[in-house]
Amino acid sequence: MSEYNFAYLDEQTKRMIRRAILKGLAIPGYQVPFASREMPMPYGWGTGGVQVSAAVLTPEDRFKVIDQGADDTTNAVSIRTFFERTAGVETTTKTTDATVIQTRHRIPEEALTEGQVLVYQVPIPEPLRFLEPRESETRKMHALEEYGLMHVKLYEDISRHGHIATSYAYPVKVEGRYVMDPSPIPKFDNPKLGEMAAIQLFGAGREQRIHALPPYTQVVSLDFEDHPFEATKADHPCGMCGALDSYLDEVITDDAGGRMFVCSDTDYCEGRQAAGFVGEMNHQRAFSVQPLLETEA
Amino acid sequence: MIELKDVSKTFTLHNQGSAVIEVISDVSFTVSKGECVALTGASGAGKSTLMRMIYGNYLTQSGAIRIGDMDIVQAEPRDVIALRREVLGYVSQFLRVVPRVPTLDVVAEPLRAVGVSAADAQERAAALLAQLNIPERLWSLSPTTFSGGEQQRVNIARGFAHTYPAVLLDEPTASLDAANREVVLSLIEEAKARGAAIIGIFHDEAARARVCDREIDVGRYTPGMVA
Amino acid sequence: MTPLLSVQGITKRYGAHIGCADVSFDLYPGEVMGIVGESGSGKSTLLNCMAGHLEPDAGKVVFDTRANGPKDTVTMSEPERRMLSRTDWAFVHQHARDGLRMGVSAGGNVGERLMAVGERHYGNIRDKATDWLERVEIDAARVDDRPVTFSGGMQQRLQIARNLVTGPRLVFMDEPTGGLDVSVQARLLDLLRGLVRDMGLSAIIVTHDLAVVRLLADRLMVMKSGHVVEAGLTDQVLDDPQHAYSQLLVSSVLQV
Repeated sequence: MSEYNFAYLDEQTKRMIRRAILKGLAIPGYQVPFASREMPMPYGWGTGGVQVSAAVLTPEDRFKVIDQGADDTTNAVSIRTFFERTAGVETTTKTTDATVIQTRHRIPEEALTEGQVLVYQVPIPEPLRFLEPRESETRKMHALEEYGLMHVKLYEDISRHGHIATSYAYPVKVEGRYVMDPSPIPKFDNPKLGEMAAIQLFGAGREQRIHALPPYTQVVSLDFEDHPFEATKADHPCGMCGALDSYLDEVITDDAGGRMFVCSDTDYCEGRQAAGFVGEMNHQRAFSVQPLLETEA
Repeated sequence: MIELKDVSKTFTLHNQGSAVIEVISDVSFTVSKGECVALTGASGAGKSTLMRMIYGNYLTQSGAIRIGDMDIVQAEPRDVIALRREVLGYVSQFLRVVPRVPTLDVVAEPLRAVGVSAADAQERAAALLAQLNIPERLWSLSPTTFSGGEQQRVNIARGFAHTYPAVLLDEPTASLDAANREVVLSLIEEAKARGAAIIGIFHDEAARARVCDREIDVGRYTPGMVA
Repeated sequence: MTPLLSVQGITKRYGAHIGCADVSFDLYPGEVMGIVGESGSGKSTLLNCMAGHLEPDAGKVVFDTRANGPKDTVTMSEPERRMLSRTDWAFVHQHARDGLRMGVSAGGNVGERLMAVGERHYGNIRDKATDWLERVEIDAARVDDRPVTFSGGMQQRLQIARNLVTGPRLVFMDEPTGGLDVSVQARLLDLLRGLVRDMGLSAIIVTHDLAVVRLLADRLMVMKSGHVVEAGLTDQVLDDPQHAYSQLLVSSVLQV
């Protein structure tokens, strides 16, 4: 694809985005406006994350894309292919092998290390948006650290559900200063945001904002003294690999109410299975694979 | 306790050809502690006007009206408010209250305003209402629906709840039956006995003769009347 | 005694048009002042200048702060002023929906100011919110209902609870009884009077309803075309108005 510049975007655009990224890293949690470009995919398909990835990728990088933890969904596959074709970078599904990981709605289970970059796709970067529709007012609230409203949202949760029912996009306070929306990751992932060795970059294409967390940043999930933050997950082991510590997706397996819980992080799950861990439902080899096995038998 | 010196009052009616009406000119008199003085004069002589000037309700153009050590003509609004709360009581002919407030609270309010506890204030209010023969079943209702005579008695109870050192009474016995009139007169006598300076307007001559030590004919100071 | 609020020469122009001109007065702790005048007389402009919603072109609004004594709120930093407006100040809007979050429960509406000043204990916030609902005569069982399900009078009372929960010392009110039924007005007036007395509040009430100021305000300012034409004790201004405009205003009220 010689008609495209490396990683699709022209160098001036990448420069502009890198400046926004640097500013974001310098002010952790602060939403930096940037001139988001039209990308060859619709808004909502990760245009913000793609632009950030394009701006940080180098020819030597190994690129991984996950969508809700999985490497094999449409969104992940198409973005991975996009950069294979426009940047010619090597791609991988292995978390440990990747240098840049673009993600939608998850943080990999495997702890990330120094030198890695995690790029989040962000739909709405403003955590105060649903309570205060005026951008001028939310900016002022950030500037003056007026975050009482954020707790109003959590208060409403408890008053309606008896507990903080917000289970994803759970607001956090960064370095005791900015309140940030960590993108719609499950709150199970919130504890991984803080003190992470890797660089975390958040790109919102439609909303034209970038925010960032440099390595080893303090990130605290908001809560009440009598309703402390809890990182929750489905109370099951993974059906495939038996993991007790990973975030699980619930999968419906038939029309008769059959279901199973499996790791949402496919690389993590496969890695464990390869290492010999077997979950309770693994013998069935769920999904459409099952009849095949039976015929073979 | 109350001292008027060369007090004059005019009304200027800006919206009626700027007519200037002189109502009172150069009134001077003093009321001592424990003394009750009646303002007399024909209807329209300015008795109520003068009383309202003493209360600060009407503005005085010249002269001085001293109550205790405050000249109400020169005083700031907040000083007048403090004076009315602590020192100067006024029983007008009209009851003006927030609708919906129970009678007992209406009467207790002047005491609450000077810091008396709700329980003590209500106790005193209840005693006064009972003394003035307001049936107890009405105490929890707003006086706005009461008859004229009942409203008048609520007004009197309210005016005597706090033991003001100076009291203004505008027709306190009008529209009262003999029994209640007797109660009001004894309240006035009690107030005098504890040293209150009182100025009153009484059409009821017998009442005036009984409680008042002196009479001041306001008509003498009314420019229109002299001519 | 130091005035709680000292307004000095407040002037606000809208281009060539005068919003309010050279308004000065002192308000002392516990005092309630009414500002009356016809529509366009500048009373709302003045109120908004005092409450920090509008920046006056000239003049000072000196407030006796708890920590540092009298300070000009016009020149103080915005964070400081905003802090004042959610702690020591309260603002009751004419339309409750301007002062409430309609999508948030009654408890959340009342609790917001507490959370804004750092309260982080859900149980305490809820208890205080419930207590305040009862104080403004809203059934505590409605604590989780949204204000959209409330009547106009209840919304207005909720707005008052939301404003008073942090124990402010000065309340700005813009036509607080406007748009309410007469019977609901009476209830609200009674409530406001009680709160003013029990909490020792000072208040500035803008209204065109003379009956409201007679019942609530100790002092009264009459405005016309941006200027204060008369000021004094409320009953004195209403019963013996001196200025031509005040006389017209008082005589224009229909007698019931």
